[in-house]
Amino acid sequence: MSEERGFSRRKFLQGVGAGALAAGAMPDLARGAEAPEDAPDLAGPGPVPVTLDVNGVRTTIEVEPRVTLLDALRSRLDITGAKKVCDHGACGACTVLLDGRPVYACSMLAIAAQGKKIETVESLAPGGELNAVQQAFVAHDGLQCGFCTSGFVLASEALLRQNPRPSHEEVLEALSGNLCRCGSYQGIKKASGAAPGGG
Amino acid sequence: MYSVGHSEERKDGVAKVRGTARYVDDMTFPGMLHARTIRSTIACGEVLAVRHALEEQGFTVVTARDIPGENVIALIADDQPCLADGVVRHAEEPLLIVAHPQRAALWQARVDVEYHARAPLLDAERSSTIFKEVQIDKGDPGRGFAAADVVVEGEYRTSWQEQLYIEPNGVIAVPENGGVTIHGSLQCPYYVHAALCRVLGLAGGKVRVVQAVTGGGFGGKEEYPSMIAAHAALAALKSGRPVKLVYDRMEDMAATTKRHPAVVRHRTGVTWDGRITAMDIDVLMDAGAYTTLSPVVISRGALHATGPYRCDHVHVRGRAVMTNTPPNGAFRGFGAPQTEFAAEAHMDRIAERLAIDPLTLRERNAWRPGDTTATGQTLGADCSALDVLCEAALRTDFQGKWRRNRGSGRGIGLSLFFHGAGFTGAGEERLASRAALELTAFGARIHVSSTELGQGAHTVLPQIVAETLRVPYEYIEIAPVDTAGVPDSGPTVASRTSMIVGGILQRCAEEMRDRLGSLSPEEYLELHGPLVITKEYERPPGSVWDEEHYRGDAYGTYTFGCNVVELEVDPVTYEARPRRLTAVLDFGKALNPALAKGQIEGGSVQGLGYALLEEVVHKEGRMANNQLANYAIPTTLDVPPLDVVILETPYRHGPFGAKGLVEAPIDGPAPAVINALRNAGYDLRSLPATPEKIMEARCGST
Repeated sequence: MSEERGFSRRKFLQGVGAGALAAGAMPDLARGAEAPEDAPDLAGPGPVPVTLDVNGVRTTIEVEPRVTLLDALRSRLDITGAKKVCDHGACGACTVLLDGRPVYACSMLAIAAQGKKIETVESLAPGGELNAVQQAFVAHDGLQCGFCTSGFVLASEALLRQNPRPSHEEVLEALSGNLCRCGSYQGIKKASGAAPGGG
Repeated sequence: MYSVGHSEERKDGVAKVRGTARYVDDMTFPGMLHARTIRSTIACGEVLAVRHALEEQGFTVVTARDIPGENVIALIADDQPCLADGVVRHAEEPLLIVAHPQRAALWQARVDVEYHARAPLLDAERSSTIFKEVQIDKGDPGRGFAAADVVVEGEYRTSWQEQLYIEPNGVIAVPENGGVTIHGSLQCPYYVHAALCRVLGLAGGKVRVVQAVTGGGFGGKEEYPSMIAAHAALAALKSGRPVKLVYDRMEDMAATTKRHPAVVRHRTGVTWDGRITAMDIDVLMDAGAYTTLSPVVISRGALHATGPYRCDHVHVRGRAVMTNTPPNGAFRGFGAPQTEFAAEAHMDRIAERLAIDPLTLRERNAWRPGDTTATGQTLGADCSALDVLCEAALRTDFQGKWRRNRGSGRGIGLSLFFHGAGFTGAGEERLASRAALELTAFGARIHVSSTELGQGAHTVLPQIVAETLRVPYEYIEIAPVDTAGVPDSGPTVASRTSMIVGGILQRCAEEMRDRLGSLSPEEYLELHGPLVITKEYERPPGSVWDEEHYRGDAYGTYTFGCNVVELEVDPVTYEARPRRLTAVLDFGKALNPALAKGQIEGGSVQGLGYALLEEVVHKEGRMANNQLANYAIPTTLDVPPLDVVILETPYRHGPFGAKGLVEAPIDGPAPAVINALRNAGYDLRSLPATPEKIMEARCGST
């Protein structure tokens, strides 16, 4: 239906080489019964120390270099707002902010996120008070099942920080890397446009 | 009004935008193992040998021989094993469950399976194994066709559609109290409960099912969670430890249920002035390898096959047949999107044949109150098919645009549709759903097994209670969905929750209000102690259903809708680009207008995906494009402006006039798109309308 979207996704995938490669290897791994005799040992190099600055807290964990930022956040730090949906960089449910820029945490290795400021959805309402974008998502019913919501909230947050008065087209483009199967796009668009700073 | 009719904020909203809502994969239990399913790589054959050394490597391994009860996932026909035992009937059929403390280790689990493969049956039209056949007869079609001036025939095809709930399927099974507790992403806790009792050989009290926050279902978490829960429970009981079994996206897409592909053939008699005199409809659905829910899907499909049109002489035959593909199952609409697509695409071809416009043909034949359906059900005063049709046509200047567009590369298309609310026939009586209301110091707490899936059940049910008790919405709580604590209010399916369960709760609240009299809740509790009111479903008076002959009131009532899609076809790429979708829906009463609008928009978006984008590619019975990168669903850039109009013609047996809502919106977009393509000059009769098919349709017509 939309060529533009296809192109931007492909470009995005090219830009996240390591993660995309790891993901691309999955189809064979997913079929253990078919794995060839000489399948490479998955364990790879042993754990290495990785220091992550997540929501203002620096933590050092020991993880294998192949571990994605998403898995490190969810499994090692128990920060679960970012969701694992496709693990292929195709849906945006794992979106986090990296130095203020939205990235797919499934398509980035944890070691590559060192030295950067990582923000997850949990950081937006630290004391429980919703921030402007979160309030707008609730007010405009920009969610249903909620599983894609943290990704959309962060994509919207990143847009509005960088561009406080986005046009309708800019909102659509900024949110086009995130999928909502409930189809709450009308509410999501309204929320992104209506949050203070939104156009 | 206290709450009903207001756009109250959803009760689950804040936790979801904060990222603090805990879904299954966000939960852990001490000592928990992670599990994975080893699946068949062939579509049909026998398993000759399974070789592995997993126990030595610290894995727990579960095979069919570890099943303490019956090796069956209990549903309708009980023909689907929990784990294949020697015979494989579809690709991705579960063979073994392996579990290990380290999630990453699961991918190193090596299992060699030796098969004797047989040629799979993959073409439903060549299948002779019928899981369910239904026949609907009204009048005398022979007489009807004799009275016709013209007979129009057509064949329409639809393919699979993946539910693609954004949260993949998953459960955690915890051994507890000599039995097992399931925390799961699921729609129907008591379905899982019943299935587990059978497969584990446990009494009901030993099995507990708790719904975790669930990231969408759309039918896809109606029956399949019973399978996953059984697998996790077997591993938990064998290992004595909690077991998490969460599918990854590729496995979920390849292995779990989809919308049934269908072939629908119509033969319709009409007079030159556009009156339908006879309908002969044949519906074939591909059920996949096991019966699962297909008998009810084909039933609903057949019951919706005529479209919302008057006709005195009707014959409908529906069959759901076996093939060697993963079983198809419940998906929003449940058989109706396939048959209503065919009915509405066929209507535009009839109009074309008669040289009248699609609106006029529908106006002449649309049901009015007092008309009878194919099963002989007399439609009540809430039958508003004509109202939604006229509203949509006026709002969009349908006739004017339709005349101007013809053959221009632009198209406008219309679909008129209906959806039966609640279970089919005597289904609601058989379910005998129960709901309970407990008085609290401020208001009340609702106890139901109806699940929040994002559709708003846990917001709208409290609204119904708040309104009835005349207390603020904030004072109504809803108890966690846990089979140990809530009565069985039936499955959360079939657009039944607001209308059926809401109706039971309304009666509970009425009695509570009467019991309270002039006392405040606090005063009542002090004077009389705790108050819990439990009520059961009651059939509306006068409704009858003959299951054997498919005669009578197939549903309590019907929701009506009309879609108009305006689109352009790119002359170079042959992509159809929707420019606007108008959706007029009448479901009696918008209990929460904002949430209702969200359901209409969401169903419309999924319907546009079904119409234009979503294509399951199979190779030898296995899904070949089981990833989000090549099974495309609509994004923000694919969805045109949606103009949603809500009409409210009350249903006298629904709470505050409400009928079922959430499925109806997906019935209309696909035929409206196909009819818009016809208006633009492209003759398509199958879904999805990919650029390749649109190009061929153009070539065929020139």
